[in-house]
Amino acid sequence: MTDSQLKEDKNMGTEMGTEIGTEVKQADNASGIIESGQPVFQAKDFNLWYADNHALQNINLTFSENEISAIIGPSGCGKSTFIKALNRMVELVPIVRTEGHILYRGDNIFDKKMTVEELRTKVGMVFQNPNPFPKSIYDNVAYGARVHGIKKKKILDQIVEKSLRGAAIWDEVKDRLNQNAYGLSGGQQQRVCIARALAIEPDVILMDEPTSALDPISTTKIEDLIQQLSKDYSIVVVTHNMQQAARVSDKTAFFYQGYVVEHDDTSAIFENPKDKRTEDYVSGRFG
Amino acid sequence: MADYNIQEMVQKNKNNKRTKIVEKSIPIILFLITCISILTTIGILYTLISETFIFFTRVSFIDFITDTEWNAFSSDPSWGIISLIMGTLKIVVIAILVAIPIGLGAAIYLSEYATDRTRRTIKPILEILAGIPTVVYGTFAITFVTPLIRGIFPEVNLYNAISPGVVVGIMIVPMIASLSEDAMSSVPNTTREGSLGLGATRLETVFKVIIPAAASGIISSFVLGISRAIGETMIVSIAAGSTPNASLDIRESLQTMTGFIVQVTSGDASYGTDLYYSLYAVGMTLFLFTLVMNMISQWITRRFKEEY
Repeated sequence: MTDSQLKEDKNMGTEMGTEIGTEVKQADNASGIIESGQPVFQAKDFNLWYADNHALQNINLTFSENEISAIIGPSGCGKSTFIKALNRMVELVPIVRTEGHILYRGDNIFDKKMTVEELRTKVGMVFQNPNPFPKSIYDNVAYGARVHGIKKKKILDQIVEKSLRGAAIWDEVKDRLNQNAYGLSGGQQQRVCIARALAIEPDVILMDEPTSALDPISTTKIEDLIQQLSKDYSIVVVTHNMQQAARVSDKTAFFYQGYVVEHDDTSAIFENPKDKRTEDYVSGRFG
Repeated sequence: MADYNIQEMVQKNKNNKRTKIVEKSIPIILFLITCISILTTIGILYTLISETFIFFTRVSFIDFITDTEWNAFSSDPSWGIISLIMGTLKIVVIAILVAIPIGLGAAIYLSEYATDRTRRTIKPILEILAGIPTVVYGTFAITFVTPLIRGIFPEVNLYNAISPGVVVGIMIVPMIASLSEDAMSSVPNTTREGSLGLGATRLETVFKVIIPAAASGIISSFVLGISRAIGETMIVSIAAGSTPNASLDIRESLQTMTGFIVQVTSGDASYGTDLYYSLYAVGMTLFLFTLVMNMISQWITRRFKEEY
């Protein structure tokens, strides 16, 4: 997809409300035309190096409101690096250097005036392996709220219930909120981690291969959940499972060797790819 | 066709008699070696307990635990162990007050903030500190720390609890720092990321996730440090004095359980006297203290064990 098309998308979706936006989007999905909301993330000539390794090269990408964007590509293509750049988690690696901009709702995330904590409060993340804290389920979900100064038990109770319901795991854990989250199955742990991210009511949720460590049944549950969540959140999901990208996402970006090869409606990427490499990858010829 | 056959050679090697004998006998030898340490422990315990019993046939057990005076060398001796226990406790409390903040602070810095290079430089240096002989620490206490303290607070006695307490604390810092750092470093990075990803700062992550997750390792490092301080002998013999007393005054000369044992064994306690048997009673008390500490440590490790 070209830049001008992206800009159109942005303008068309500006006034649309969440509910309507979702419906229109789904209806139009079939016909292959997408009307998107406002851009949430815009990468502009973004480059990233691990020491001398130029891992991301001139990335220009826009993710829009209430959309599920998938990032696919073979191992080492930079997809995980890119999603981690969106909430600056990538900076935990000390040798990382970046150039260019990533705008979150119009503000450059690398600007001094936006702290990483602020950014990460708005942009939640779900990781590749379920990583609950070695605490009770309740404390896991309440963690973010507590860190940000919410102490009232009554409010925390509400937050925990709402988030666990949002992550479709309330019924499974409501009777054992005080038990250690490590006692749950992998799929349940991952949903608790999603609940933990939802608890601070972020704007965007980044998911870095959220089902790669899970069994097929848990994977289906998480995929259903991702679709439900897209009503209220913008979601970016990295996956190396192409079927997953096809099943859950509205738009798909194909990364290859640090470049964005193609970014388009998911249906277009899978049925009618413009680039030969995309076609080879989605048809399983490499990757 | 090669002029050797691997399978044949393997077979031949397997049938070698010497290999067979060695394979069979080594486990037995290793078992006997393991028994040595167990037998030694049993032997020491037996001596300790039997001699302690003899002591209590001569001295009332009630006096031993209720009397507040310990005066072993007088013609009318009193055997109130509380004086020696108080001496030990004063040293231990001061040592722990010094060692925990410094040790834990160093551990937090090394595991959460330091770059790899800094960690690789600092940790070995810290561990050298653990290798300094305690007699050197003792000399350091009496020739450097004591004058320093007396320079600031002139009312402090030449022999006091502060100086050896602080130095014992310094001695156990590396142990606490190193063990706590290990515990914190073994908390997986994904846990850290989980917290940072929710917008928590590094410091919040350290105190709300990493330290609770590493609690078992950290607390058992404290307990081991306390055990070490209870058993420490040389520093207190040199710098704490030899006046048993049950007071809480840390400025005054005192004697610890270990200090008493050194004083008696380096003097001339003749076999069969009350003084001789008192060594075992004090040794037994000391043993019980460290045993309890070890049990606490094991209990904590089990109780707070976190699986990642």
